[in-house]
Amino acid sequence: MDEPQAWLPTDPRSRPSHDQVVAGLKGVDEGGAELVQLLTPEGERVPDERFDRYAADITAEDLKDLYRDLVLVRRADREGNSLQRQGELGIWVPLLGQEAAQVGSGRALRPTDMCFPSYREHGVAWTRGIDPTELLGIFRGTDHGGWDFAGKRFHPYTIVIGNQCLNAAGYAMGQRFESKVGDSETGEATICYFGDGATSQGDVHEGFVWAAAYDAPLVFFCQNNQWAISVPLSRQTRVPLYQRARGYGFPGVRVDGNDVLACLAVTRWALEECRTGNGPVLIEAFTYRMDSHTTSDDATRYRLADEVELWKLKDPIERVRVHLARRHGVEPEFFEAVEAEADELGERLRTFCRAMPQPGPERMFSEVYADASPQVDAQRDTHLAYHESFTTEGEPA
Amino acid sequence: MSTTMAKALNDGLRAAMERDPRVLVMGEDVGRLGGVFRITDGLQKDFGEQRVLDTPLSESGIIGAAVGLAVRGFRPVCEIQFDGFVFPGYDQIVSQLAKLRFRTQGKVPVPIVVRIPFGGGIGAVEHHSESPESLFAHVAGLKVVACSNAADAHWMIQQAILSDDPVIFFEPKRRYWEKGEVDPDLGAAPPLHSARVVRPGSTLTLATYGPMVRTCLEAATAAVDDGHDLEVIDLRSLSPLDLGPVAESVRRTGRLVVVSEAPSESSVTSEVAARIQQECFFSLEAPVLRVTGFDTPYPPSRLEDDYLPDLDRVLDAVDRSLAW
Ligand SMILES: Cc1ncc(C[n+]2csc(CCOP(=O)(O)OP(=O)(O)O)c2C)c(N)n1
Repeated sequence: MDEPQAWLPTDPRSRPSHDQVVAGLKGVDEGGAELVQLLTPEGERVPDERFDRYAADITAEDLKDLYRDLVLVRRADREGNSLQRQGELGIWVPLLGQEAAQVGSGRALRPTDMCFPSYREHGVAWTRGIDPTELLGIFRGTDHGGWDFAGKRFHPYTIVIGNQCLNAAGYAMGQRFESKVGDSETGEATICYFGDGATSQGDVHEGFVWAAAYDAPLVFFCQNNQWAISVPLSRQTRVPLYQRARGYGFPGVRVDGNDVLACLAVTRWALEECRTGNGPVLIEAFTYRMDSHTTSDDATRYRLADEVELWKLKDPIERVRVHLARRHGVEPEFFEAVEAEADELGERLRTFCRAMPQPGPERMFSEVYADASPQVDAQRDTHLAYHESFTTEGEPA
Repeated sequence: MSTTMAKALNDGLRAAMERDPRVLVMGEDVGRLGGVFRITDGLQKDFGEQRVLDTPLSESGIIGAAVGLAVRGFRPVCEIQFDGFVFPGYDQIVSQLAKLRFRTQGKVPVPIVVRIPFGGGIGAVEHHSESPESLFAHVAGLKVVACSNAADAHWMIQQAILSDDPVIFFEPKRRYWEKGEVDPDLGAAPPLHSARVVRPGSTLTLATYGPMVRTCLEAATAAVDDGHDLEVIDLRSLSPLDLGPVAESVRRTGRLVVVSEAPSESSVTSEVAARIQQECFFSLEAPVLRVTGFDTPYPPSRLEDDYLPDLDRVLDAVDRSLAW
């Protein structure tokens, strides 16, 4: 086929126009008219008829606790990033910028609720009482996640995009089958985290269908951080993500994902809907990934610096700090104390990480099956004997 | 010309795209970013967004849409980001891609290449280090190949794109940055579905593919010190298997060790072992031995040196075969 084809674009190198770029920036910048916000980027508390009552009990002390969560979660995240740079971790998945979405939603959960994370939910893990040290093994390559999954009701991280949405649907169906739904005091609910990119996966759509078909008490919590590695939201959807819920027959809400108070209130509402039997619900937390996708990624290859600068003005921590200082007269000593606590956490993480033991080869063969597997057992024995053969007498392996 | 396997693949894709405007490259992050391994770097800049598609995050979509595009006359080359992420697209591969030609008695060919960076050894987290090739080799209607060096990568990708059959194309990701000589003369390339002796020898035959070719060559070099002259065969094509060169070799050496990173049960290595045992029974001085990954899920990366066959494990099997 030597002739240029009529259907081929005339200039494959054509770039988006200035207007298109600006339009793209706007699309990312604004959450739209439906965006639920209780605390503006300037730290002002704004009223919201629908969701205020879900934050009515939040005192200045509670807000200080949320602030502390945000700062510590960010510090743990930054420490993870540095540990990767220092060669202590194979990779790190940063949450920078998404602290409020994670802390706000996580703090809305009760201990009896179940949580299915993706792989960036270090902030949600924090709210489930999982120490950041417990996350390090995954990124250091010593385990696939070692926390108390059942006790903390925090499922293992899921790396295959979207898989957990169906698993969460099944779990929530189980809550309904066991009659744990229907009472706002004792009712249970499940929350499932995924990204904007994930919404293109079949599993996520199937999760919507299943949860709806069985009235599962499931909150789908989408952190729309605008990018799936290098691919912008516009390549995944033509409508705002929260509006998709309608097509599956349940409500969808878009919340300012950088507003911890709004995330808390909206998630409380959604969980309440689920507990009382009105689930499922979709929440789209409109936020931004401030760092690269992972430490292996280079966001400067596909993202405009202007866009990042613009989102810096919406920082999830700064607005709470300003609000506490201006509206509640919180003194600098409080912020300094939190900072000191963050330093300690950072130090503790570093020390812990460097001292993590190397797993032994027997780990590979353990817990592959519940029943004994003659094949795996034989492979283990042969491999351990092979290891032994390198050990000369009196010398450690 | 000395170049890395990654660049050799990039050049091969570029050549195929220049040759035929119906060749499309599609996958997650293949455009602006150039793919997470940069294999498609610069292609979108030069060929445009209609020929290099940054797709939505959906593997079933990538394969399923590629099938539709192929029905329309295009020749899609799909990139799956990592081995462990092909499974959301596995249904489309097994149910549609593999069977459409047969179902339509040749009326609807599906000339699609599915590129999968595979195997371990890069210190990655879960699902990023798997060797699922046997799962594809078992599916009738698919052709499955694995390159092991820059020159093969460069030519095999072009041959795969030229093929009217669906080709599952495995790229050993930990060898992406290794350099090799690439001769820019297509005539020099062996056919896509032929195995090749990469090191002639007389003591014992090592049959392998993908990332383990280099490991086996290193083992063969080390074995010289013990007075052993190992022959190394790169299978290159896993389905169909070209066992002719392996059988010919085994008839000379009398011994065969098959090496792969994948778990051993019901695998490509089982198939090679079974068929050579059947075809060369009277030439064998020892049973065919295998050195493979274990029949366990891929372990956390700090244990992958234990999981992956290395030079010592290959030599250990060589010793066991010779001791028979
Ligand atoms: C099934 C599958 N395909 C591809 C990948 C590789 N991958 C990891 S993260 C990612 C982008 C995810 O984007 P999004 O869902 O928006 O979540 P985010 O990382 O932005 O939080 C991709 C393509 C994967 N992990 N799983």
